[in-house]
Amino acid sequence: MIIAERKPLAEIIDMVKDHTKILVLACRGCVTVCSAGGEREADILASLIRLGLKKEGKKAEVSTASLVRQCDKEYIDGIDQWKGQYDAIVSTACGVGVNFIANLRQGEHVYPALNTTFFGGSAEQGIWSEQCAGCGNCVLHLTGGLCPIARCAKSLFNGPCGGSVKGRCEINSQVPCVWQKIYDRMGTLNRQKELFVTQPIRDWSSAGHGGPRKQVRDDLTI
Amino acid sequence: MNFTPDIRLFSCHYTCQQTSAMDGKGLSNINFPENIKINRVVCTGKIEVTTLLKAFEEGADGVYVVGCPLDACHNAKGSQRAAKRVETVREALAELNVEPDRIKMYHTPRGLHHEFVEAAHEMNSIVTKLGPSPF
Repeated sequence: MIIAERKPLAEIIDMVKDHTKILVLACRGCVTVCSAGGEREADILASLIRLGLKKEGKKAEVSTASLVRQCDKEYIDGIDQWKGQYDAIVSTACGVGVNFIANLRQGEHVYPALNTTFFGGSAEQGIWSEQCAGCGNCVLHLTGGLCPIARCAKSLFNGPCGGSVKGRCEINSQVPCVWQKIYDRMGTLNRQKELFVTQPIRDWSSAGHGGPRKQVRDDLTI
Repeated sequence: MNFTPDIRLFSCHYTCQQTSAMDGKGLSNINFPENIKINRVVCTGKIEVTTLLKAFEEGADGVYVVGCPLDACHNAKGSQRAAKRVETVREALAELNVEPDRIKMYHTPRGLHHEFVEAAHEMNSIVTKLGPSPF
């Protein structure tokens, strides 16, 4: 899922300080699961915005609502049910949701409440870790299912750098060296010999280096 | 300045059971400050961050939570969860340039213990010194 975290309050309050009717719009997708932008977090943020604006001597109505997702046009259309009740939307969705509202509601002010951080999973309760970089050309079949793009600080393709010490990354001893993990796992799977195959220089255009990416499925378009 | 703070206490059923002692007169008999409004909850783990923030929105100058000892919560981890939520609000207050000590978490033994009253007096003293809420 997409992992995100709330922006600093000062930044959010500065965004909305000139608005008087603010809708904090939650997303019931990924950001609900990672406890960054679901209904509960939107309620908390709305309260904090009210307190922050009040402290600055400003009056504003701050309400909350939620959409199933903010990354689909049909759900964005649901915003119309609150028409006239707000003059700015603070979206607690990931950056995709904010972009979708901006794309589809030309005249409306929309602000991001979150910093979208990475694609990850729940390592344990309250802890999320990056697992995938969305690079557009998956190599997990070559590495035992562990991603050297997202999980190696240098995104190396052909084994660890010289900084791996006792299975830990040189950037931070708390970070496991994914190449050590790949090596160990391929050993467990009796596939270590595959790691001797040198991977060629990669074409990174699929990773966004060739501009914004788009996917078209002719079997689904109407 | 003559200032009597509006303080809201959220306490679990187990740690504030003296509120019902002696037909409700138990607290005044043991010198519990009258300006503290007690909100009794089934477990402090049930208290949401929004509940604490709402108290400030409603005009509280200070808020505190009294729950079971960290390692002896009647509901296992309720008071631990409450402590985390109080900490979340403390961090948010700091972000708003408001004194984090306007909200605190206390863990006291269950039943009628002097720590419950001491926490009230400490909170009363802290919030009185901080002055009226900036909200």
